[in-house]
Amino acid sequence: MAETTGRDRLAGMFAAAHAEGRAVLLPYLTAGIPTFDDSVRLFRAMADAGADGFEVGIPYADPLMDGPVIMRAGELALEAGVTVDRALELVKQVVAATSKPTLVMTYVNPVLRRGIDTFFRQVRDADASGVIIADLPADEAGPFLAAAESSGLGLALFVAPTTDDGRLATVLEKKPAFVYAIAEVGVTGERDEASSNTEHLARRIRSRSDLPIVFGVGISTAHHARSAARHGDGVIVGTAIVRRVLEAASVDEAAAALASFVEELAAALRSPLPPD
Amino acid sequence: MRRERPDDRGRFGAYGGAFAPETLMPALIDLERAFVDAWEDPGFRGDLAGLLADYVGRPTPVYHAQRLSAQLGLDLWLKREDLAHTGAHKINNTIAQGLLTKRMGKRRVIAETGAGQHGVATATACALLDLECVVYMGVKDIERQALNVYRMELLGAEVIPVTSGAGTLKEAVSAALRGWVSSVESTHYIIGSVVGPHPYPWMVREFQKVIGEELQEQLHETPDVIVAPVGGGSNAMGIFFPYVGDSDVLLVGVEAGGFGIETGRHGASLGEGSPGVLHGAMTYMLQDDFGQVLEAHSISAGLDYPGVGPEHAYFKDEGLVRYVSVTDEEALSAFHRLAVTEGIIPALESAHGLAWIIREAADLAEATVVLNLSGRGDKDVQQVAALDG
Repeated sequence: MAETTGRDRLAGMFAAAHAEGRAVLLPYLTAGIPTFDDSVRLFRAMADAGADGFEVGIPYADPLMDGPVIMRAGELALEAGVTVDRALELVKQVVAATSKPTLVMTYVNPVLRRGIDTFFRQVRDADASGVIIADLPADEAGPFLAAAESSGLGLALFVAPTTDDGRLATVLEKKPAFVYAIAEVGVTGERDEASSNTEHLARRIRSRSDLPIVFGVGISTAHHARSAARHGDGVIVGTAIVRRVLEAASVDEAAAALASFVEELAAALRSPLPPD
Repeated sequence: MRRERPDDRGRFGAYGGAFAPETLMPALIDLERAFVDAWEDPGFRGDLAGLLADYVGRPTPVYHAQRLSAQLGLDLWLKREDLAHTGAHKINNTIAQGLLTKRMGKRRVIAETGAGQHGVATATACALLDLECVVYMGVKDIERQALNVYRMELLGAEVIPVTSGAGTLKEAVSAALRGWVSSVESTHYIIGSVVGPHPYPWMVREFQKVIGEELQEQLHETPDVIVAPVGGGSNAMGIFFPYVGDSDVLLVGVEAGGFGIETGRHGASLGEGSPGVLHGAMTYMLQDDFGQVLEAHSISAGLDYPGVGPEHAYFKDEGLVRYVSVTDEEALSAFHRLAVTEGIIPALESAHGLAWIIREAADLAEATVVLNLSGRGDKDVQQVAALDG
């Protein structure tokens, strides 16, 4: 019997949630925040509170898609010595501690520096299920998709509110593990209002493909999550998580804050708004 | 071989491309389309040529630096980009991109700046063309280029301090790209060098190559050597490009050696870096074993950058241009030398080019050497005064 691949695990995660009639909840946290050991504990708290999987950020010195909160977290992690290798060690510990499908989020240069195939193999060896590369557009994705395929990992590709129909077709025909649908024009960070782009984006994607749609960027509250989940198969919540960790006075306080916030998000996804 | 334009993926050989968040990709594709359309339009070319002549003051002179030539034992010519309006070559690009912004129907412009020259040139173009202008500048550069900050404000631009990292050009470019991700539907990003995702390196080269084309007209002989400083590399690209592939001309790009290459504190991306992706393009860059971008160092804010335009990376690998470096100290000494010998205070960036010529003068004996005097040094006077105590 073939071993389960990362891409299979992601598909299984989407299928299980789909059977329950809900979207998946994928919290994001930068690796090694607030410290290496404490961040494992925070992922465990989020798993217990109802997260379906995780996005673990490899800290990067020049994150073009990130707003000030995730930038700050990356700087702190780099100062604390969280290298790519340490981040992957952490991923392995998170998966061991939570058994949740876990995505590694990075920028393209650390992948290229290591070699695309080596990087994906190491991500697989860290028991992760997939990879998200914030500055990798579909146009340049060929060798990354090939490496994902041969390592059994799922690679996400992006669609933004600015993506036109021609580009959308290009993204979808590459058959990524899921479509990361960017909910807001802008970098990561909290927003006051729920995205007004999700319904239209989802309709455009669904009319052309059955790929799972995961919304990210700007999803900051349970209300936002519920609103996006109505149109997608998953939501990623990043800055709102990272900010709570950075603001906490202690790791106990951070764990408690994440537990209650993730519970709130998970509950919101289990009681979706009725479709329009 | 020199390529008139990058390939379909925006590459010069292995370098270039567009590694940008998807949110920006449609704008980059629109920009390429708008640029190609404008560049083929005699109306646009005519408007630009008119402004370059009457407003910028082109062609800039080529001056025979006779006293310094005699001292060095060679024939030194200066391409006087320092005499262009706002005091540097940067204005060639900002006027052109400003016209393009209007043509695309956008009303707002953002830009990054290191030394402040590109910020001033962008603010100038925006004032002229009635565009809203926001300039991102690192806090360290704001401190060492205070005069240029005030100039931008006088011209009606808003200067946004960038506090992340070392507070220099790298962070300013990153902040501008982030700002563009959030405003892409209404705003054009006027990048200041031959860097960034496709089509910027190609487009900015096309807007700067006027420097070399003028030189071909002005100098009645083919020079033996053309020297230009290289940070991002737009002035060097501008003067080199028309000569690239001409085996009679040695093209020399001078990078920032900072405190000395051996100290590890420099801006020599081509000399000491390795291929990677910085600010949306594959190019040579300063990075660690994990692919984290390293901080550059240079006395010159305009050369204090850990990357370089991708077409320079291609020229390096193809052996079409020779890339070298000089230290802060050598550049500072050349800065003084040009001032007292020729009555010209050069930008510290341009002083790097001259420093290499001074160092290599014995090997260049009798040669006809052109230095791209990319900018004037007024902006650096305060910093040099402080250094000289």
